[in-house]
Amino acid sequence: MDAHPVISSSTAVDGGSSSRKKQNRKLWASALFLLPAWLLLLIFFIGPILLTFYFAFTNLSLTGSEAQSTQFVGFSNFLNMFQDPNFRISVMKTVIFLLFSAIIGQQVLGFILALLMKEKNPAFRRVIGIIIIAGWVTPEIVVAFCWVAFLNDSGTLNALLQQVGLKPVAWLFTFPMASVIIANIWHGTAFSMLVFQAALDDVPKSIEEAAVVDGASRFQVLYKIVLPMIKGSVVTNMILVTLQTLGVFTLIYAMTGGGPGTSTQTLPIFMYNQAFVNYQLGYGTAISLILLLIGVLVSVLYLKSMKVKV
Amino acid sequence: MKVKSCKKLAAVTVIAGSVLFSSACSDSDSASGKKTAGDKNTISITFRDGGGTNKGLTQWLNNDIIPAFKKEHPKANIKLSPISASEGDYFAKVALMLKSDQSAPDIVTEDTFMVNSDASAGYLEPLDNRIESWDEWDQYIDNVKNGVKAQDGKTYGVPFNTDSRGLWYNKEVFKKAGLPVPWEPKSWDDILTAARTIKKKSPDVIPMWMNSGKATGEATSMQTFEMLLYGTEDPLYDENKQKWIVNSPGLEDTYTFIDTIYKEKLGPNLSQVLNGQGGTIAYTQLMPKGKIGIGLDGIWQAGNYRKDGPAPWPEAFDKLGFTAMPTQKGQAPGTTSMSGGWAFSIPKKSDNKDLSWEFIKFVSSKENNLKLLLKENNLSPRKDVSKEKEYLDLPMFKEASEFLKNTHFRPSVDKYPSVSTVIQSTVEDVVTDKLSPKQAVENYKKNVTRVVGKDKVIER
Repeated sequence: MDAHPVISSSTAVDGGSSSRKKQNRKLWASALFLLPAWLLLLIFFIGPILLTFYFAFTNLSLTGSEAQSTQFVGFSNFLNMFQDPNFRISVMKTVIFLLFSAIIGQQVLGFILALLMKEKNPAFRRVIGIIIIAGWVTPEIVVAFCWVAFLNDSGTLNALLQQVGLKPVAWLFTFPMASVIIANIWHGTAFSMLVFQAALDDVPKSIEEAAVVDGASRFQVLYKIVLPMIKGSVVTNMILVTLQTLGVFTLIYAMTGGGPGTSTQTLPIFMYNQAFVNYQLGYGTAISLILLLIGVLVSVLYLKSMKVKV
Repeated sequence: MKVKSCKKLAAVTVIAGSVLFSSACSDSDSASGKKTAGDKNTISITFRDGGGTNKGLTQWLNNDIIPAFKKEHPKANIKLSPISASEGDYFAKVALMLKSDQSAPDIVTEDTFMVNSDASAGYLEPLDNRIESWDEWDQYIDNVKNGVKAQDGKTYGVPFNTDSRGLWYNKEVFKKAGLPVPWEPKSWDDILTAARTIKKKSPDVIPMWMNSGKATGEATSMQTFEMLLYGTEDPLYDENKQKWIVNSPGLEDTYTFIDTIYKEKLGPNLSQVLNGQGGTIAYTQLMPKGKIGIGLDGIWQAGNYRKDGPAPWPEAFDKLGFTAMPTQKGQAPGTTSMSGGWAFSIPKKSDNKDLSWEFIKFVSSKENNLKLLLKENNLSPRKDVSKEKEYLDLPMFKEASEFLKNTHFRPSVDKYPSVSTVIQSTVEDVVTDKLSPKQAVENYKKNVTRVVGKDKVIER
């Protein structure tokens, strides 16, 4: 937004070669000043990505003879991966985790919360907002511990159940996926809520009122007027939440370690296990590449399906 | 204007912050315990600690070793740089540390099953030349010496402890169930019969505890799977042919035994045993309360019940017995055990190898090794220490030393750590009923073949 005045002020100066020179000099100057930033990006952002591409095609290992003589192995990491039933399981688990904790959970819950809080008493909004945001600002590892304390065999939930005479349940063991999904929703919903709050506040009240006057029901107003108007925010939020959730590692690793068995083994957990538990860094890198690809694919898909430019 | 200056301020803060942050990162010297280059008198030692692990080792280094070593080498400066991590993470962290000149310590403690792997990776210094001129190497038990030899035939570490595994059992639970005390099971069936009897007579007692999940890592492979497998006719690795055995009756029988324990509910709740802390809870909480009948585990568990241990229990050794694990059908030699242990190694990237070697020799002397083991409750790799009265008086040490006669060591092949993780996940899948024993063997075959390569496996 604040780039506009800079451009307009430079173009507003009377035309001719002197101003072009000035502009050129300005361009060089800004390039010079941007250079360190570019270099940093190149070294610390593009570099690792390129390295990842390279390592994904090697048998790089953390220990053992391959650590000393790393070889280029072509596509064999990927072939192994597609034959590995554990990889297929991980993709499935990732999709389930993504669908329920990000797309349905955080997104829908965040929207409902924002909607319910719209135009409510500011004091009420603030108190509720702070409570929900508290879940978001809590570091992931702390969230994991809170939920383990709440759900474990002798945790708070079971203590409460026993108070009312019910049998305790090994939640993290019996419903591991549901447990991590709920924890992730609890942790992430505030972000979606904030995005939707801002978007809903931008919808002019007069339009809604006009629709009501024309005889639209509340649901119709929401569905036909409000949602189309905030479509951009919905897509942006969807992409951000999806990418965020694709990468969730700490929460799951600390709560269930990806287990029991493979029941919460999402791709990041699978990748970590292959790279740092099985010491097969090359294979782990190949998995991370697939994860990256999925992220890109999903983002493009959203953008296409919503036909929105971001 | 106000917004703009705010933004400038924010930008400056971010830049300043990142500069500070990166300078904090580069100050890794203090974190890794590395001294400044060229200092020939300082050596750093990396070992695993935290959460009560290796308390004995830490105390021994601080109270016995460092002051005494400094008397002999007044200029020497010993820096401890322990890693607080779970066992599995420790090995990954050590491998990462050893990769770089910046972070490699001068001495590292390695579980002997990682020595081969890290040596093949070129992380460790061969010690053969140094050992040749060290007259005390003859005192080390041959089996244990093999544990620190890599595939290239060179020796890469000096062991400071070893161990053996067997069956812990609660005599009171056994008496109540009408089972014989002392208990000497002759086959796997005897163990199952005893467990079934306990289940019938004392329903609130867990008849049989064994590590069964991925979370317990190497403990699942070694204390459970290999203790069973090496009691069959088929070991993990064919030493003659130098190939992994990926399909054998022994493998299937091992998975079947594990399956039987959980199918008949002779084991603990899965949520208890598949937890990383499962083993600790079993031996520090459940065992003293008489809630476990039989436990398949190592001699070091005795250390829990010492006066200074995590769960002091004075009458532990009147109430608990430690008996040898029988072979599957009682075939010769009748009992079996697995042994591992830890060793001191010198990283290739250490820049003070001579003083490090002096230090290793010093701590490995008879007196110093004995002092460590009295604190640690592990077995000694030295023959002379194993004859000391003080040592043999430690509870259960006579029994545990006996087990060494028929003990096995893990294959010293650099792929073992990866095979071990396959074992852990298949065992967990059997326990959670995701795989039948037959499917588990197939799964094991497929994954081990993937890890070690098609030309390195055979079927029996």
